[in-house]
Amino acid sequence: MAAEREPPPLGDAEQTDFRELEDGEDLFISTASTLESSPSSPEPASLHAEDISTSNGPKPAEILLEDDREDLFAEATEEVSLDSPEREPILSDEPSPAITPVTPTALVTPRIDPVMFERCKEELEEEANGDSFDIDISVSDPEKTSLSIFNKKEFSVKRRFSDFLGLHSKLASKYMHIGYIVPPAPEKSIVGMTKVKVGKEDPSSAEFVEKRRSALERYLERTVKHPTLLQDPDVQQFLESSELPRAVSTQALSGAGILRMVNKAADAVNKMTIKMNESDAWFEEKQQQFENLDQQLRKLHTSVETLVCHRKELSVNTAAFAKSAAMLGNSEDHTALSRALSQLAEVEEKIDQLHQEQAYADFYLFSELLSDYVRLITAVKGVFDQRMKTWQKWQDAQAMLQKKLEAEAKLQYANKPDKLQQAKDEIREASPGWEGKVQQGETDFKQISKTIRKEVGRFEKERVKDFKAVIIKYLESLVQTQQQVGLFFFLSFVKDSVE
Amino acid sequence: MSAAVEDQDNSKMRSVSVDLNNDSSLLIDIPDALCERDKVKFTVHTKTTINVFQKPEFSVPRQHEDFIWLHDTLVETEEYAGLIIPPVPPKPDFESPREKMHKLGEGESSMTKDEYMKMKQELEAEYLAVFKKTVQVHEVFLQRLSSHPVLSKDRNFHIFLEYDQDLSVRRKNAKEMFGGFFKNMVKSADEVIISGIKEVDDFFDQEKNFLTDYYNKIRDATAKAERMTRAHKNVADDYIHISSNLNDLSAEEAATLKMYLLKVVELFEKLRKVEARVASDEDLKLTELLRYYMRDIQAGKDLLYRRARALADFENSNKALDKARLKSKDVAIAEEQQQLCCQKFEKISESAKKELTSFKARRVVAFRKNLIEMAELEIKHAKSNVSLLQSCIDLFKNN
Repeated sequence: MAAEREPPPLGDAEQTDFRELEDGEDLFISTASTLESSPSSPEPASLHAEDISTSNGPKPAEILLEDDREDLFAEATEEVSLDSPEREPILSDEPSPAITPVTPTALVTPRIDPVMFERCKEELEEEANGDSFDIDISVSDPEKTSLSIFNKKEFSVKRRFSDFLGLHSKLASKYMHIGYIVPPAPEKSIVGMTKVKVGKEDPSSAEFVEKRRSALERYLERTVKHPTLLQDPDVQQFLESSELPRAVSTQALSGAGILRMVNKAADAVNKMTIKMNESDAWFEEKQQQFENLDQQLRKLHTSVETLVCHRKELSVNTAAFAKSAAMLGNSEDHTALSRALSQLAEVEEKIDQLHQEQAYADFYLFSELLSDYVRLITAVKGVFDQRMKTWQKWQDAQAMLQKKLEAEAKLQYANKPDKLQQAKDEIREASPGWEGKVQQGETDFKQISKTIRKEVGRFEKERVKDFKAVIIKYLESLVQTQQQVGLFFFLSFVKDSVE
Repeated sequence: MSAAVEDQDNSKMRSVSVDLNNDSSLLIDIPDALCERDKVKFTVHTKTTINVFQKPEFSVPRQHEDFIWLHDTLVETEEYAGLIIPPVPPKPDFESPREKMHKLGEGESSMTKDEYMKMKQELEAEYLAVFKKTVQVHEVFLQRLSSHPVLSKDRNFHIFLEYDQDLSVRRKNAKEMFGGFFKNMVKSADEVIISGIKEVDDFFDQEKNFLTDYYNKIRDATAKAERMTRAHKNVADDYIHISSNLNDLSAEEAATLKMYLLKVVELFEKLRKVEARVASDEDLKLTELLRYYMRDIQAGKDLLYRRARALADFENSNKALDKARLKSKDVAIAEEQQQLCCQKFEKISESAKKELTSFKARRVVAFRKNLIEMAELEIKHAKSNVSLLQSCIDLFKNN
């Protein structure tokens, strides 16, 4: 840290040490020439060359984001393009069919088609207009293989936020209790929504809309990546059909919403009371692992959120300084110094933009990845809980069977033939009899355990891929920013020396 | 907490910067300083060939208040009214790192040991930086005096350098300090009156407008620069937390992801060191530069004020002379008075013109030097960031 001293004041004795700078002279000429001639000078020159070859030049913010989206979802299934927007209030009085959970009687066996995944792309763009918040997505499917699932290769649909929530709730009720990890949908935000509805061209509402759009895109992408979920008719209907029945039951204060909340509470209580004899060490291990992972991710997420906040602050402060430096430059009466200060102001302004872009990347790449995974892990934990519930059901059936068998034995001794027959029926003949129920319980338990193992394996693989990809993307964003910083300062040098 | 500044560090700084100590007849530096609680004790070391001093080389301990005393005595010396008196060094301010250290202590339980140690190290470095800055600014003050043809001969300056007893006897007692405070108030009232006086000289008229405007702008720029560098430091510190969290995360992970995460941990560690350097370089080259010249410009404004006062006195003496001539009473005295005022005013004007012109040149050179150095350092840091990041990315992509 070299501290700066000043040159001595111009007394008569020191006249010779100084080159009097006249107003017309440029400030940096002599320095620039020393830059070129000195042995350490290759630095600026090579930087210049480097920058031309590696950087794509300063990009406007929007293009950068689009590139990000495309690369992130390179392995997704469908491509989305923009359609004309629709204006609709999100809460309406129209009656709409209630969505009832569908319990499959037979287990769905997933059919994984690797070709499809590699070639499809999904993009989600949306527009929110005026007072109402509407997400319009257009889904297009540019796959090359003939996929029997979809009719066309490219298509668009419009969907509202509540449609996404409705889709998730359907999938969750169908698949979670048999052990499938269903990706969670983005959360509702009453505060954010009201801001959007009330504020028109507010930058924070634009930010909120963009955040939501990005989250929904990632949600869909994860959902269709799941081989089983992609086969689901609800998913296909969601992606394909032009009109969807309004999912009213997703509203927070609707009857179904309240029922959901009650169920959640009940589940939480049950979880505490179930004491499972874990015979399978794998599950115990995994549960602990996910618990730890959850904690670590939450901590990391908090740290990254702080970083985003500080970087935004840095951007604001840099902009303020740039303005101040510009004003100082205007005040300065020495021409060359005035010019130099103005250039400094310009550079700092550009750097402020860079900080903003970096904060964007910090958030959309890093922070949102972490928050997605925190929610995903909650879904994983939910699936483990489902297994516990299944086990409990099995145990309950077994306990009941035991009771019935004892009752049967008693009745045998008591010699009450008709009651005895009734008891025997309950146990064996009825469909399902208690014996059958126990068998079913065991099968269910074994099945869910098997499914979970597979799902966790798939989840972990996806997670590793996801993390690696995002890390690289994020580091690349940092590289971009730093290259620009160096470039801006260098250009301000060169500009001075040329003038 | 006590810390000492190494001698070689100081001499290295001197060789890099523009040397104030070109006149080897009087060389001053502060090789050593001790920090006890709120007080900083500087060791002022002088090497001289001038016979006025008793010894060719000597050191004395001085406190911040001694510097204030010296500055104020110089300001109050009539003879120097036409000179720009170098601005008094600001009081050592350890408030910011101390507050942060306090907050860190409170948050200790929520961090891992490693994280805490790193944050503590950062804070200690910050503390040290404040310390070094205050030493440097006190040193520069003395060196500006020693290199000034007139001020370097000042008797009080010599006393400051040489007197090996405690200076507090000679320092302002409480009454005098209050006197100083009231003097400042009177001065600002005076300034209002004086600004009403018509300026005859274009040069000074321009200078007055320029300095007033420039002072406001540079004060604003200093504040904004300080906020900017502080925000930069915050970002660098965030990297510490992220790095530590990633490290904890990697402990749980399977081999493939673990390797990635550990590499990223390493990377963030290196990155944050670079970012911290960026922040501190910005602080030294930009914020400190602006801050120093803000004070220097105030010193220039003070000079203009003194000249304006002399002008007012001159005009008053003219009026008195006219009155005396009218009444034919005490004309000789009035004439003499008027002559004195005229001389004083002209002397100050001449000296002020020289000082202000050289001040501008000095300012331009210092800005140029620091801005260029800052730009060079920013480029250097950006390059090292890029190479760190790129090598990590290449490593990942090739796996």
